[in-house]
Amino acid sequence: MSVSETYVRYRRTLSEEPLAIGVLLVALWMAWSLVSGLLTGGIQISSLASLIWDGLLRGLIIGLAGIGLSMTYSILNFANFAHGDYLTTGAFAGMGTSYLVAGIGENSVGALLLVGAGGSVFGGALGIGVTTAPIAVVLGALLAGIVTIALALAIDRFVYRPIRDESGIALLITSIGVAFALRYLLQFVYGAGVRGTTAAGSVPRVNVPAIDGTFRVTAHDISLVVVAGGLMLGVHLLLQRTKLGKAMRAMSDNEDLARITGIPTERVIRTTWIVGAGLTGVAGYMFVLWKGTLGFNDGWLLLLLVFAAVILGGIGSIYGAIGGGIIIGLTASVSVVWIPSEFGRAAAFLVMIVILLFKPEGIFSGRTTA
Amino acid sequence: MSATDIRGRIEGLFERDVTLVLAVLGTLYLAYILAGVAFGYGLRGQLNSVANLTFYIGVFGMLALALNLHWGYTGLFNIGIVGFMGIGIYVTALVSKPPVAEGGAAQVGGFGLPLSVGIAAGVIAAGLFGLLVALPALRLRADYLAIVTVAFSEIVRFTMMSRTFQTFTVPDTIDLWLFTFDPTADTVGLGGGGGLILNYADPLEALLRSLFLWEPYLGVVAFVERNYIPNNPKPVIDGVAYGILLLVGVGLFYVLLSRTGKSPFGRVLKAIREDEDVANALGKDTDRFKLTAFVLGSALMGLGGILWYSSRGSITPPSFRPNITFFIWIALIIGGAGSNTGSFLGGAIFAGLLYEGPRYFKNLVETAFELGDAPRNFGEAMAGFASLDPMPFVLYTLDSVSQLRLVIMGVVLIWLMHNRPEGLLGHRKETASSVDLARPGTDEAPGKPAAADGGEER
Amino acid sequence: MSETDESAPSASTPVDDAATDDAQTDGDDAAGEAPADGSASETGLNEAMGSEADFPSGSDGERYAPLEVEGLRKEFGGIVAVDDVSFDVEEGTLTGLIGPNGAGKSTTFNLITGMLNPDEGAVRFNGEDVTGLQPHEVANRGLARTFQIARELEEMTVLENMMLAPKGQVGESLWRSIMPMTRGAVREQETEQLERVWEVLDFFEIDHLAQEYAGNLSGGQRKLLEMARALLTDPDVLLLDEPFAGVNPSLEKRLLEHVHELREQGYTFLIVEHDMDLIMNNCERVIVMHQGRILKDGTPTEIKESEEVIEAYLGGEV
Repeated sequence: MSVSETYVRYRRTLSEEPLAIGVLLVALWMAWSLVSGLLTGGIQISSLASLIWDGLLRGLIIGLAGIGLSMTYSILNFANFAHGDYLTTGAFAGMGTSYLVAGIGENSVGALLLVGAGGSVFGGALGIGVTTAPIAVVLGALLAGIVTIALALAIDRFVYRPIRDESGIALLITSIGVAFALRYLLQFVYGAGVRGTTAAGSVPRVNVPAIDGTFRVTAHDISLVVVAGGLMLGVHLLLQRTKLGKAMRAMSDNEDLARITGIPTERVIRTTWIVGAGLTGVAGYMFVLWKGTLGFNDGWLLLLLVFAAVILGGIGSIYGAIGGGIIIGLTASVSVVWIPSEFGRAAAFLVMIVILLFKPEGIFSGRTTA
Repeated sequence: MSATDIRGRIEGLFERDVTLVLAVLGTLYLAYILAGVAFGYGLRGQLNSVANLTFYIGVFGMLALALNLHWGYTGLFNIGIVGFMGIGIYVTALVSKPPVAEGGAAQVGGFGLPLSVGIAAGVIAAGLFGLLVALPALRLRADYLAIVTVAFSEIVRFTMMSRTFQTFTVPDTIDLWLFTFDPTADTVGLGGGGGLILNYADPLEALLRSLFLWEPYLGVVAFVERNYIPNNPKPVIDGVAYGILLLVGVGLFYVLLSRTGKSPFGRVLKAIREDEDVANALGKDTDRFKLTAFVLGSALMGLGGILWYSSRGSITPPSFRPNITFFIWIALIIGGAGSNTGSFLGGAIFAGLLYEGPRYFKNLVETAFELGDAPRNFGEAMAGFASLDPMPFVLYTLDSVSQLRLVIMGVVLIWLMHNRPEGLLGHRKETASSVDLARPGTDEAPGKPAAADGGEER
Repeated sequence: MSETDESAPSASTPVDDAATDDAQTDGDDAAGEAPADGSASETGLNEAMGSEADFPSGSDGERYAPLEVEGLRKEFGGIVAVDDVSFDVEEGTLTGLIGPNGAGKSTTFNLITGMLNPDEGAVRFNGEDVTGLQPHEVANRGLARTFQIARELEEMTVLENMMLAPKGQVGESLWRSIMPMTRGAVREQETEQLERVWEVLDFFEIDHLAQEYAGNLSGGQRKLLEMARALLTDPDVLLLDEPFAGVNPSLEKRLLEHVHELREQGYTFLIVEHDMDLIMNNCERVIVMHQGRILKDGTPTEIKESEEVIEAYLGGEV
């Protein structure tokens, strides 16, 4: 029984489910309550705009991290549960660099590199910020990418490569082990505390007018948009214009075929890790710069949202990951219009579950390749 | 009686599950008691230590057994275990906590029903949520099911934490069409981030009272107080008794799940694990089997959660992070998915070596050597190396043992997946049948390698 | 079609075109009974399987057709895999379904057994419309199948594989299996079932492998196991998807003997093969598929003389 046959059968059974009607009803209710909220003034347009802006930025981070997860998911054929901790590693390494550049001379190198573990140095005091310490931020983002790439390659060499031919499930379980080891090593080195990392007060901001009020846009918001947009464009060019990119797309479609046609798969796999991990590390750094706090659990907490984005966009599709990331980010932020704010993430998970049930190939399917 | 014969017999002895279980448990307990001797524990300390070990062997054993039904037998990749555990204990608390007016310190009360009702409600609720997850999700690919279940368990945790469900005021009378209902509860809820104080009757006392064993039990306590542990031995004995209760629970889980496994039902589950299409083509309604197995496993996970937390003073949402799910997975993989005996052994080994072991190791080192204060952070720990002094690092490492044991768990999991993916007792050799499958009429089955030695009923 | 040419000499029974030739089936019978207590197992089989002992064999008139397929059509993303396929399979016959690779044979099988849902058309089994039923529902009505690539349950023993198959096992209810008062009945039924299982193992001469894990079996042994397992579901009609692919000549011969012997006992077979000679020499009726359609339906002699078939096989493929 081929994949397509299974899939057709699957669609058939699902299309008969009454659940679809339920989803439609929920959507109608949401639309109605939003419109009536806006009309009666229960929901302000400016606060809605602020939520959308926040969701968009969150979505860019998720999308950026999602590209790497999506690529490894399709090319190596397993769900990497350690991906979130790659992101955290990048964030710590990058922030350590930023601290070092911004604070060298006045503070001990160790305390700076450890991102002020145990409260020895504070990001606020060092003036970490894209306008106050631009070189520190640029170098930090760079190092975040480089360290994460090195880590991903090392882990692939010693953990994943020896069991490359095992099932995706065996690799998934192994990646849970990697996630544990990595996360708690980070805690061991950097401590358990959540620290503030930026001089939040001195980040330039403008208030953008929005009909009945304003919403705030900071310099870190803008830098996130610029970095994420630039990197996404870069990946697009890499995959479309280079030979290696084409090989990667072929492999994500069909590994056996790629192997037969002589594409050097190990090299493609290495490139996949380099591109994916680099983006993830930078995403981690930009995330921490943007939200201004850093803790050892950050990546793990983000991971499920990244999975949601990747599944939503269709595994293997980088445009899907970006689009899915933005949808998931918006869902997590904007959903508080309808539901209590504690359930923003839950709403994003729910969207993912619904997609898995009704359209497991993702909403951007048809163009699955990279 | 030749030498080979005797050797064969001894090997046969070790192939038997009972021997293996006793050997592993014996080794673990011996190690803990010896550690206790090294710490200079008295009887009270030793009993505490043994009770603690027993507790974790019990809970991890039970939960690994329940997971084995999902993953080992049916191949359902459930990484939302902690969600079902949380549902179990929260529902139990909600049903059995006394109303605030009677309950003293708690701000959130419950319905004040007997604990047995609460436990039953908790188990049923966990099973129902299992059904809720399973109905749509069981057709998903294994990795998708994994993501759905872990997302589910996180949604459960968000719900526990949320202010929305923190408290509700229960009206004095509820009109339900035909009859009215006067709940004793006044304020109920999930308690939000602060969690719930479990101010119901002590579960051990409730159980012993219902068995009319409470008075004899108090007699034993008094006897111990007179002869062995002079002041207030009750908490220690309670701990030991609760541990024994948990081991009985493990036994019941084991009997239930081996019966499930060694039956036509279990055989279909195994077939689904191997190739669902084949089972379907042989006329088995695989959806129904998967659903039943998932609901049963979820209910048992709920019970595991109840037994784990019900004797604690309180429960808070952070206890129900996905970490616990992964602990249970590691336990199952150590023992070998597919084997019930292996699952329990995995639970015991995980509890004794990986979960509690590192802490004991740290205490041992600290007892053996006079050590100073540990540095507060990694930077200070590394600073020692500048003057070629590794001590700060060693001290910091010892001090961080509770985090490092998670690193160790991760590394052990990776190692297992590389070297022993089938686990210690893997290879799934518990024959799925209620009867011995040897050719009828012939009593022998010697020399046959995979003979149904695990196939006997008890 | 080089494959056909190669395997032609190895075809076990060099008999004339008429597959219903009495001499041939007699010969097979004898071979089947040669192993120890073959006859005992056979009678046991007959009883245990509840197969129709008094089916109207040999009559040349219109036979009862338990399986009827009408106008089946299936598309995959715009490509028509099966197009207007109609045929029926008569009771107690060996019907062959042949065609080049990609002719739509396996898809037809999947449509009949409920693994796939047809876009158009109907499948009737024993007079009942089974179109669109789930595979297990189809199987439970007495239509068993094997798979093209033998799909044994690797980490289960041969015995467990076999014990899985019988229908109506009370122990498949969780509660009956675990409750003390009902478990006795479960054990009783399993004990009865076990006897049948051993009989079938003996019949297929794989009893010496009973305690092996199915994953350790050779390709041919897996094919035997799969057929034995399908037989234990007590089917009226057996659909075999390339049962001889990848099987060495001597085992192929044995498999064929078993098939003929079972047909003698009243079982009906529909066999997919792309080894043309094998089908020609053994089936009394052959259906040829080509590019999703039925090209020709008739006796082996008719097929051999058919221009279109020769065209499709020789013209298109060589």
